[in-house]
Amino acid sequence: MREGFAVLGVAIRREPWIFTVSTLGSVLFGALTVADAWVLGWSTEHAVIPAFENGEIGAGVLWAVFGLFVGVAILRAVGIVARRLGAGIMQYRMQAHSRREVTRQYLDLPMEWHQRHPTGQLLSNANSDVEAAWFPIAPLPMAVGTVAMMVIAIVQMLLADVVLALVGLLVFPVVVVANVVYQRTSSPLMTRAQQLRAEVSEIAHESFDGAMVVKTLGREGEETERFAERVHELRDVLIKAGRIRAMFDPTISALPNIGVLVVLGTGVARVLDGSTDAGAVVTVAYLLTIVSFPIRSIGWLLGEFPRSVVGYERVQAVLDARGDMAYGAATVEAAGAGADLQVERLAYAYDEEQPVLRDVTFGVAPGRTTALVGATASGKSTLTNLITRLVDPDEGAVRIDGTDLRDLDRGELARVLSVVPQTAFMFDDTVRGNITLGGDFTDDEVWDSLRTAQADGFVAGLPHGLDTELGERGTSLSGGQRQRVSLARALIRRPRLLVLDDATSAVDPEVEARILGGLRQNGSDTTLVVVAYRKATIGLADEVLHLADGRIAGRGTHEELLERSPDYATLVNAYEQQAAGETA
Amino acid sequence: MSTTTSVDSGDEIKALATIRRGMQLSPELSKGLGVTLLLAVLSTVGQVVIPIVVQQTLDRGLNGPDGPDTGFMLRMGLIAAGAIVLTSGASYLMTARLFRAAESGLATLRIKAFRHVHDLPLLTQNTERRGALVSRVTSDVDQVSQFLVFGGVMMIVSLGQILVATVIMVFYSWQLALVVWICFAPLMMSLRFFQQRLSAAYGVVRQQVGIMLSAVSEPVVGAAVVKAYAVEARTQQRIDTAIRANQDAATKAQGFTAFSFSLGGLSGGLANAGVIIIGIWLGFAGDITAGEVVAFAFLVTLFVSPVQMGTQILTDAQNAIAGWRRVIGILDTPADLVDPGESGEVLPRGPIDVALVNVSFAYPSGPTVLHDVSMHIEAGTRVAIVGETGSGKSTFAKLLTRLMDPASGEIRLDGLDVRNIRQDSLRRSVVLVPQEGFLFDDTLRANALYGRLDASDDLVLASAAELGLADWVDGLPHGLDTRVGQRGESLSAGERQLVALLRAHLVDPDLLVLDEATSAVDPQLEMRIGRALERLMQGRTSVTIAHRMSTAENADEVVVVDRGRIVQRGPHASLLEDPDSVYAGLHASWVAQQGSTA
Repeated sequence: MREGFAVLGVAIRREPWIFTVSTLGSVLFGALTVADAWVLGWSTEHAVIPAFENGEIGAGVLWAVFGLFVGVAILRAVGIVARRLGAGIMQYRMQAHSRREVTRQYLDLPMEWHQRHPTGQLLSNANSDVEAAWFPIAPLPMAVGTVAMMVIAIVQMLLADVVLALVGLLVFPVVVVANVVYQRTSSPLMTRAQQLRAEVSEIAHESFDGAMVVKTLGREGEETERFAERVHELRDVLIKAGRIRAMFDPTISALPNIGVLVVLGTGVARVLDGSTDAGAVVTVAYLLTIVSFPIRSIGWLLGEFPRSVVGYERVQAVLDARGDMAYGAATVEAAGAGADLQVERLAYAYDEEQPVLRDVTFGVAPGRTTALVGATASGKSTLTNLITRLVDPDEGAVRIDGTDLRDLDRGELARVLSVVPQTAFMFDDTVRGNITLGGDFTDDEVWDSLRTAQADGFVAGLPHGLDTELGERGTSLSGGQRQRVSLARALIRRPRLLVLDDATSAVDPEVEARILGGLRQNGSDTTLVVVAYRKATIGLADEVLHLADGRIAGRGTHEELLERSPDYATLVNAYEQQAAGETA
Repeated sequence: MSTTTSVDSGDEIKALATIRRGMQLSPELSKGLGVTLLLAVLSTVGQVVIPIVVQQTLDRGLNGPDGPDTGFMLRMGLIAAGAIVLTSGASYLMTARLFRAAESGLATLRIKAFRHVHDLPLLTQNTERRGALVSRVTSDVDQVSQFLVFGGVMMIVSLGQILVATVIMVFYSWQLALVVWICFAPLMMSLRFFQQRLSAAYGVVRQQVGIMLSAVSEPVVGAAVVKAYAVEARTQQRIDTAIRANQDAATKAQGFTAFSFSLGGLSGGLANAGVIIIGIWLGFAGDITAGEVVAFAFLVTLFVSPVQMGTQILTDAQNAIAGWRRVIGILDTPADLVDPGESGEVLPRGPIDVALVNVSFAYPSGPTVLHDVSMHIEAGTRVAIVGETGSGKSTFAKLLTRLMDPASGEIRLDGLDVRNIRQDSLRRSVVLVPQEGFLFDDTLRANALYGRLDASDDLVLASAAELGLADWVDGLPHGLDTRVGQRGESLSAGERQLVALLRAHLVDPDLLVLDEATSAVDPQLEMRIGRALERLMQGRTSVTIAHRMSTAENADEVVVVDRGRIVQRGPHASLLEDPDSVYAGLHASWVAQQGSTA
């Protein structure tokens, strides 16, 4: 229960004004509910009884009756609006706060953290956990508002008869005990339920993401089973939690009634031995029934606590996640000639037993082109991830213009370096938006970059040209088209260091040749690092690094390596050898 | 045939129709509903009986004419205790049953909707935002469940109370009962207006949740690009916009809720005033006594509170109905690839004979991609399809494997129209290996077995060896137990393609369609796999969308596609004879590129 209040405390501290307004609304509502009874009494006394006795009534009195009832009703309506709208605004504001915090954290946390956390789960953290955390805000003002009512009632009870009042008030500790028991039994279930909600969302997300594979292999049935298994588990947990809730709710409702019966029993005994009079018993019993409504509304509030606490903790776990990349304060020149890249004794392992890169050292002088060539799984992509600082090395350093990447200020690296990854990622935006990414570029610049990326042709053919929406992940484009848009995104930034990670694998050789030609034609002196297999690409390089098993197995020009290294020759000449083998 | 590319929003389904449809889709909801309702009525008994008993005890027992009447009080106490036990018991059973019915019913609905998403056309799956689809089987359903277990019965109980209160009021004075109803008439009438507004407002809320989830998924799925381009601020801004829109939509809906709820209180005040004033007037006519008017005024409260409760629940219901509608909307979106099921044809095993008869295809609101293509591929031949990017090659592959149906024309496998072939038979015999093979966040083994669950480790390893991938598997940190990460992202793009190939090989298909399936692996490995594939293609029909001319050179036949039409076909050598042909051009540029530095 304490954790539940703590969560609410966070919300109240964050939104004190709106909380005050909605609570005042609730108090107003409560006060006017009492006033309603008073108006009815007044009307009886001043209108109904005199009218029936005298057989006549003045219009003024009737207007007064009308005015009082309607006036109270209007004020009460104001109270309701203030309470409900206030609670709603507070709840949605808190949700928005949490969502902003959580998503900021997603943006801050390093790649390595993202690789460990499934998309579906992160979506669930930002959605259903946030919702669960702030759900009790809705009944909060009502509960707080009725506390005032409760306090007044309790004082009156004590004034009427202390002993009877104390007997009646025994209900409260029992309510607290009932709550503690409820929280204890249902918290583990709620924790499991939120976890399962996340898993359900995770499976749905993954399965819809891989919809094409599911279809091609006819695995719809098995996928549905996999989903159904978790859904059924969630169902069972919720039903179990429901059964506990089903016990808790009537208990909370019955307690005040039981209290009244006990008060009556005690009251009779006290009236019989003359310690109190019947009027006091009536008062205490009546007040106790009045108190039963606040107790219930507080019960509703407390009933939401387990789910809220669990949701809050899950959100908090994301917010507490550490492992942010550390940034220094150094800056680099954003414009100008190619950057100088130095890679020193780099080592990296995803898994301690199997290092992916070992002792990799090389440099790329400004304006030069280096090709990274190696068999599948030789460590090329990891190397590009280190050069672009998506991950930090276990040992060694990557320096740009002599500065260790880890010493650069946040966002500095992106000003000099652009990377075109193996798998092009498209934002749910227009072609233009996907290229500029919000940067300040003219349409001419966009078209220039599209031309160099050999994408101007198909973009011009799109229904709305640059303004064509690409849809989520750019699914309306083919793989090769996405790669070219992704390339244009890098080119428009005129980076001083451009890293192409097998970025044209889905593009026809002919188109690829034109792209590569264009890269160097514009008189650009960008430093270029390319991961490539095709000889046309490799041929552009001033130097080739041959990677094998995470080490540099050879370096030199393409011709030198062909001569020196049989492994290298076998790797890059595979097509010709195949062709030669066929014709021989 | 028209192709739909968007999931039905369900907007046009009316509230009651939604509930009816929802009950139909989840039969668990209506099963035993009668008993639950009976329990609901029993549980309200206590709410009526207990105050009356307490009142009686106080009036007649404690304040009896001869002092406290302990015997009477004991009897009443027992009745009250009995009522408490009955009410609590009924309430427990009711709530427990309600949870069971609602959660079971909604679990069924979730699963049906999930399954239906997979039955939707590929195009619809691709156009629809993932986050939005996910929200329909997650948070939208949660919304319905929350309403059903808390609001559903309260609503029914409230209606019952309104009815009971009306009957008692009519019993006291039908004229005054009429007055009360007239005072509430504007509320009842405006309710409809508010319901429509609320329904629309909550529809927007549910939709915004989907959009927000999509926005949130962007930095999660595209973390690498967001980081590499340092576009965190812009991404955050896009998310913030979506969060803000969601917050605004929810607040607006809450505003409507608050106002419509406050109307109940206003009507109550009006009714009270009306009862007193009209009551006095009726009293002058001698129809009613002062005591009856006062008693009636108390009855009005009995009427007002359930009405208020009912309005509140009705408004809360709109949110749930909006969610329900969206889930039902998925199920109402036609799945255009209809599985003929049991009555469908079964493909015989053995190499498949493929025929395209006047096939045309166009993406909705897009240009025609294939124009009236007819072609026959004899069983057991290896065909390579070549053409420039955007020539329609991939569409070809998708039509052959029935990921999409042609706009016109027919695709025949072994003489059978694919639309008449049972899906299980089709998927067993025909396999497509796409360029970007999606992997599930599981082990290499699980991903390899995706198309054939019963294969043993030995078989998986043997298949890997046949494809020349044994070294690669051995080199992985945990062999077949290596986890591939989300979407297979712990592996490189080339390695993902290897898994997809292994997966297809294990299925042992009769028609294998490769869509640039090895574009991201290194040349040496690609050649090795190519040779292995050729051996494997013996005794099967294969169609390869080729990106390397070397693949075309080795095929039995090459089909050249240009701007949606077949422009050339024949063996490699014969196609080269015409130096001005499209194929000769493609080949020349390939050779030039390969040979440039050799």
